[in-house]
Amino acid sequence: MTERTRAFALFSGLAILVALVFAWLGVAYGVRMMVEAACFALIALGLTIQWGYAGLFNTGIMGFIAIAAFVSMIVSYPVNGLFWEGHGPGMLARAGLFLIIGACATYLVSQCTRIGVPKKLCNLLTVMAAAATYLVVQSALDPAAALIESEARFVGGLGLPVWLAWAAGGAAAGALGWSMGRITLGLRADYMAIATLGIAEIVKAFLKNADWLTKGTLTVSPLPWPVPTPNELGFVLSRSAYLSVVAVLIVVTYVLLERAWHSPWGRMMRAIRDNEVAAAAMGKDVNRRRLEMFVLGNIIIGVGGAALITFTSIFDPGGFTPLNHTFLIWVMVILGGSGNNLGTIFGALLVYIIWTMSEPAALFLFEQGAYWSERLFGLEAPGDLATRALQMRVFVIGLAITLVLRFAPRGLLPEKDVRYE
Amino acid sequence: MGMLEALPINEFVFFINKGVLAGLIIGSIYALGAVGVTLIFGILRFAHFPHGDMMTLGAFVALMLTALAPGVGDLVGLPTAFVLMPLAMIVTAFVAVWLDKAFYAPLRRANVKPVVIVMASIGVMLMMQGLIRLFAGTGTRQLDTGSKDIYRLAVGGRDIVLTEPQVLLFAFTAVAVVALHLFLTRSRMGKAMRAMSDNPDLARVSGISTDSVVRTTWIIAGALAAAGGTLLALDVTLKPDLSFNIILPIFAAAIVGGIGQPYGAIAGGLLVGFTETLAVFNWSVLLRPLKPLLPDWFEIPAKIAFVPTEYKIVVPFFILIAVLIWRPTGIFKGKLLK
Repeated sequence: MTERTRAFALFSGLAILVALVFAWLGVAYGVRMMVEAACFALIALGLTIQWGYAGLFNTGIMGFIAIAAFVSMIVSYPVNGLFWEGHGPGMLARAGLFLIIGACATYLVSQCTRIGVPKKLCNLLTVMAAAATYLVVQSALDPAAALIESEARFVGGLGLPVWLAWAAGGAAAGALGWSMGRITLGLRADYMAIATLGIAEIVKAFLKNADWLTKGTLTVSPLPWPVPTPNELGFVLSRSAYLSVVAVLIVVTYVLLERAWHSPWGRMMRAIRDNEVAAAAMGKDVNRRRLEMFVLGNIIIGVGGAALITFTSIFDPGGFTPLNHTFLIWVMVILGGSGNNLGTIFGALLVYIIWTMSEPAALFLFEQGAYWSERLFGLEAPGDLATRALQMRVFVIGLAITLVLRFAPRGLLPEKDVRYE
Repeated sequence: MGMLEALPINEFVFFINKGVLAGLIIGSIYALGAVGVTLIFGILRFAHFPHGDMMTLGAFVALMLTALAPGVGDLVGLPTAFVLMPLAMIVTAFVAVWLDKAFYAPLRRANVKPVVIVMASIGVMLMMQGLIRLFAGTGTRQLDTGSKDIYRLAVGGRDIVLTEPQVLLFAFTAVAVVALHLFLTRSRMGKAMRAMSDNPDLARVSGISTDSVVRTTWIIAGALAAAGGTLLALDVTLKPDLSFNIILPIFAAAIVGGIGQPYGAIAGGLLVGFTETLAVFNWSVLLRPLKPLLPDWFEIPAKIAFVPTEYKIVVPFFILIAVLIWRPTGIFKGKLLK
């Protein structure tokens, strides 16, 4: 079977699956699922750049999605007049001023070896200056945060167009990725996995607890859409419009990535991934190129994440979980075929459909199991059966990762071997 | 007597209780986990993500054994879970060896890139998480159902307080460290493990059996993880959703100590534990006795902590980043895997 017929067969099967879901659960539900699947496909394209093209191990996708969603929320949410009329902006500006002064002072202190201060003393002074700056800024920020929370609930947004918000979200995710990449890219992949896992948890902890920025657990809603909302057009039409926006994004990203993949730049990236030493010997700046890839991937992840959260129309920092927003995407990429953009899109759509369908299926199975074990053996089912049943999905995701890595490491639509005659 | 009253004994004891002892306790737990992580990292060369879940598994096995034989502890006058802990350690060690056989060994034989094994370990982590929570539920559980013995050491007005599980934790950690030291320096297998960690190719050509070294590594790592998990659950509660919150400090400890350095891992564990505790410690308590000496306009804030408690996970992360930037080999000059 040639590659093309294989792809055609797989996508036809997927189309039948989608048609079944539409027929079974209705058009409005089907379109919603497709929009979410499309957003995940965009995120998965970002990951396939990092993993498939450059071999970078990013386990903190959740963090990049969360930071992008947060920035996008701040940019697009309507302006909060209470905040701008109150004392909040002034106090924030004061804290910001302290931060700038402190940062400058710390930088100056760190340069003190130039005037003959011993290196060790200089390092000590720098650390002390940084700690002092931190404490001063924190003590200025705490009352500001408390004041904003009591005066205006939270800072509100800037009320700018949604497309700008998504771009800003992508940029924020890229910037975070840049700083992470600078630290870990020179080291082995394990360190990057540990560091990205950590940064994701930190971003989540920050967004969850910074009530003055994000309303914390109270969540921000409704987020403005780039297309008319269901209130104006009805569910099916507005969701279809949203779907077409995301689909356009996917097509544009796909075309650009395919072009890049076949360009000299893409060839260089594969060379670095497959044999780092040889590529370095040919004069390629391996770490710089990897950083490029990592940032680019994170920008796409960020845009996809912003689109995903905008669609749900509610910004809930507690709703980000490593399972849904990191490892699910990993399964999509390695099952679909890392390094093959079409395969990645296929994997994302397929895995997401299975994933959404598996929730009611798991609950049904567990309820049946509980019912029969009670009837046959007189065992009483635990009260938290529903939450436990959902843990089964964690297990299945883990099993899928290990099985695919062992038995189909190249995925359903493997990467094309490019030959140059 | 007047002199003694003027001294800030109360605050000092408070500091020992909430700062030093708390740091030592959580540091010992991290150390027990980090030894396993650093051995696996040094010998098998990958970051073992399911280690936190292995600790939870050990605690869960101890919990089940305690439920099966609740009376054992009373025979010797110690908590039942602690008496049955060796059994839990054996079970977890077996599970660790089996996991290696089932999931990592085939990949090693296929000679994949190291990063693929890391990813497989993440898959195993999710599987363990799912299974443990499926059977144990997501709520917290009490491992030690009886009342805890509390030891008090009266110093001035306030007591230094230690519970029985904490004393057992210190004792076990000390014994484990000495035993590990003797094993690594005196026994044949221990020397083989160190050789393997230093130079795998050289070790292999000098006739060291890779398989038995790998098996021993998993046995030690699994047993210590089970012990750490059980002791943590004895001290506080058994939380099935600990995973991410404990694996990050453990990795930080292993990397700070230097990869492949068991003593470094112990030092790193204690360092991370202390830093974490002191970062969230409320320092204003210690400033209060100085109040008469300070000028009137200076008001001591009610709370001076470097990091609010809800951001505790930031601390090990910053230690990790700082070490990776300035000294990627760790304080004990471990390996830098490329």
